Amino acid sequence: MSTAELSGSTHHDHHEGSYLDGPPGFWSRIWQWATTVDHKKIGVMYLFAVMFMFFLGGVAALAVRLELLMPIRTETLADGSTVVTGQILSSILGATEMSSNEIYNRAFTLHGAIMVFMFIVPSIPASLGNFFLPIMIGAKDVAFPRLNLLSWYIYVFGSIFGVASILMGGVDTGWTFYTPYSLTTDADHWRVVLMVLAAFILGFSSILTGMNFIVTVHKLRAPGMGWFDMPLFIWALYATSIIQVLATPVIGITLLLLIFERVMKIGIFDPAMGGDPVLYQHFFWFYSHPVVYVMILPAMGIISEMLSIHCRKHIFGYRAIAFSSLGIAAVSFLVWGHHMFTAMGELAAMLFSALTFLVAIPTAIKVFNWIATLYKGSIAINTPMCYTLSFLFLFSIGGLTGLPLGALATDLHLHDSYFVVAHFHYVMMGGTVIAFIGGIHHWWPKMFGRMYNEKVGILGCAVVFVGFNVTFFTQFIMGTQGMPRRYATYVDEFHVWHVVSTIGSWLLFIGFVIHFLNFVHSLIAGPKAPPNPWGGLTLEWECESPPIEHNFHHEPIVKHGPYDFDTVVPPHCDPAEYPLPERPEPRA
Amino acid sequence: MQTTLDAYDTPAPPHLRDHPKHWRNRRAGHHWRNHDEEFDAAKFGMWLFLTTEVLLFAGIFCGYAVFRFLYPESWTAGSQHLDWWFGGANTIILLISSWTVANAVRCAQLNNQKWLKINLIVTLLCAAAFVIIKLQWEYIPKINEGKAPGTFFSYEFAQTTHEQLWWSLYYMGTGIHALHVLIGGSLLGWVLYRSWKYEAYGPTEYTMVENSALYWHLVDLVWIFLFPLLYLIH
Repeated sequence: MSTAELSGSTHHDHHEGSYLDGPPGFWSRIWQWATTVDHKKIGVMYLFAVMFMFFLGGVAALAVRLELLMPIRTETLADGSTVVTGQILSSILGATEMSSNEIYNRAFTLHGAIMVFMFIVPSIPASLGNFFLPIMIGAKDVAFPRLNLLSWYIYVFGSIFGVASILMGGVDTGWTFYTPYSLTTDADHWRVVLMVLAAFILGFSSILTGMNFIVTVHKLRAPGMGWFDMPLFIWALYATSIIQVLATPVIGITLLLLIFERVMKIGIFDPAMGGDPVLYQHFFWFYSHPVVYVMILPAMGIISEMLSIHCRKHIFGYRAIAFSSLGIAAVSFLVWGHHMFTAMGELAAMLFSALTFLVAIPTAIKVFNWIATLYKGSIAINTPMCYTLSFLFLFSIGGLTGLPLGALATDLHLHDSYFVVAHFHYVMMGGTVIAFIGGIHHWWPKMFGRMYNEKVGILGCAVVFVGFNVTFFTQFIMGTQGMPRRYATYVDEFHVWHVVSTIGSWLLFIGFVIHFLNFVHSLIAGPKAPPNPWGGLTLEWECESPPIEHNFHHEPIVKHGPYDFDTVVPPHCDPAEYPLPERPEPRA
Repeated sequence: MQTTLDAYDTPAPPHLRDHPKHWRNRRAGHHWRNHDEEFDAAKFGMWLFLTTEVLLFAGIFCGYAVFRFLYPESWTAGSQHLDWWFGGANTIILLISSWTVANAVRCAQLNNQKWLKINLIVTLLCAAAFVIIKLQWEYIPKINEGKAPGTFFSYEFAQTTHEQLWWSLYYMGTGIHALHVLIGGSLLGWVLYRSWKYEAYGPTEYTMVENSALYWHLVDLVWIFLFPLLYLIH
């Protein structure tokens, strides 16, 4: 029997079975996953791929923090000879030809490039988004299933280029590849070109996902689901996809020009030939600032879902949250100049500063609506809710510390300092990663059909929360005192803070290991998950856990909103367990 | 005389009547309610993709504007090396091909298999003519004179200091455009192959013809802007 026939027959045999069921035999299953066009399988493959990249980027981050445990010092001994102390990375790697300085520069570049291009941009949309966007709007699949699979292969292909560059010795340009340094460093090597090429290729995968989601949301909503009946996660993914489609091609042409600049010195970004390095920065940030909203918007969507379900209350200000996602997407294209305040005229800098403040408005609208949702809700203390609350704390700090960076006067003092590093990590890690991990817990029973251990999950969340603050709050303090970013060493007054920050990074690592073990244990021995463990009203909780291959037994017809907890008994749930609130007696 | 309605009803040739790739035998994908919605979605997706293409070329146009502002003399001197006659010929060729590819879509909608193929062939001939003119009378002679991009630039009679940048931008812009001509040609070649072999496109199944044609129009459109900016403005 040919492979085509085989996969065709399984298609029908497992029509009503779980999407995880496959043909017998290890290689047949591998083949089934490698050629699948099922959005759920592709989402799971993306989940594992981005998590692997998160691990690689995390190792680089730990290396960065490890080097900063001690400052690098040259000491003169009694006999007149000198010895260099504090070179932790080079002594661990035993590399003699590279100093710790050089290894450090490579470590923070790899951390940045991997985390941005290979982890956080695809993270939530491509994994949880791929899995849940079609289900939450009641569709059988995304609009273009084969392009969806293609986007995964392009992602893997691009990541291979990035990893190859690392194995060849790494890149020390910083993840922003600023010219002219990126044109001259490692001049006799291909690894810079490989890393830039990796980012270029990954852009295609991002565009394909974005296009797919936009068309899916427009064309595949179930009967009865109008735009304002969509869960807020879908609104967030929709706004994200718009940014992905409109911003990514610009980084595409920029990186392509940079590759030609490296390979054949076309001179466009090279000041020695009359080219303009600031033009590179404009091009780069025209993509890379909107893309931080690609990173955070889906996280905000997850928070809206988790918050409403786990405090059993209708989300406060549904339309305000939905429109603020679109508002953030629109404003995101107008603020890139705040990365180059010192490279432009005063008027332009003032305009970009004012536009940057605009972002705070839709963002604050979301945060206030979330807090209003919590008010008088019946808050369940479980792992997703712990992560939601962590997000509210950490993201608010991250967002508010963005304002002094957007203000011209304070930015002159704070720019390129650890304050920027801490701000960025409070938003990206305290925001996106925290919401992502929370979202994985929230949807874990649905994706894999098994419950995880709630106590271990809460413990992991607590360790991550403490570790995160220990790691990064110290960096706010260092930043205001003048510690510049991207240096392998520092003056002695920062020593204590760096030690505390490094210890925090180990705590974070322990927290993630706890979650990892919890998930592995759940897959092996976790109790079977009911279809609707949280009492949710969005459509994914109407499916089986895990969903069948075509998601729904019959096309769903949407008759209630996604957050109508006070009027609808959740599907698959005991009405006694989820009693509807008693209606107050009408006043006489 | 055969009318359009007759053409619509023309049955498939016997050997293709039950062929799964013949346009009458195509069904909507399993996740679509019907064929029309699938077609609308595919076309919507293509327009989104074309948006990304426009933004890709926007980088080149933006670079052109910045350097024209910084080094106006070099830009004037550079464009005087280009012969508008070749650029103009290529413009007319692309305009003709845009017309024939639009006709091809119309023929697919009317099940006019013969003229679908003829229009596609003319379009492909235009694409080939464009590339040949570009290579034979523009790229190759210029590179031989040393007016080449980046490190290969060795033109000794440059009148201004930054002419090298002009040539870099010229080759990046027209090069990426030429790559798009080749990609568009390949797409249309695939459409021609499938309509030749299976009569794969007809009134109820012409997504691929329509989307390839849209892509081809974009190729044309980008050239419409590249041509005056590079060849005509001095």
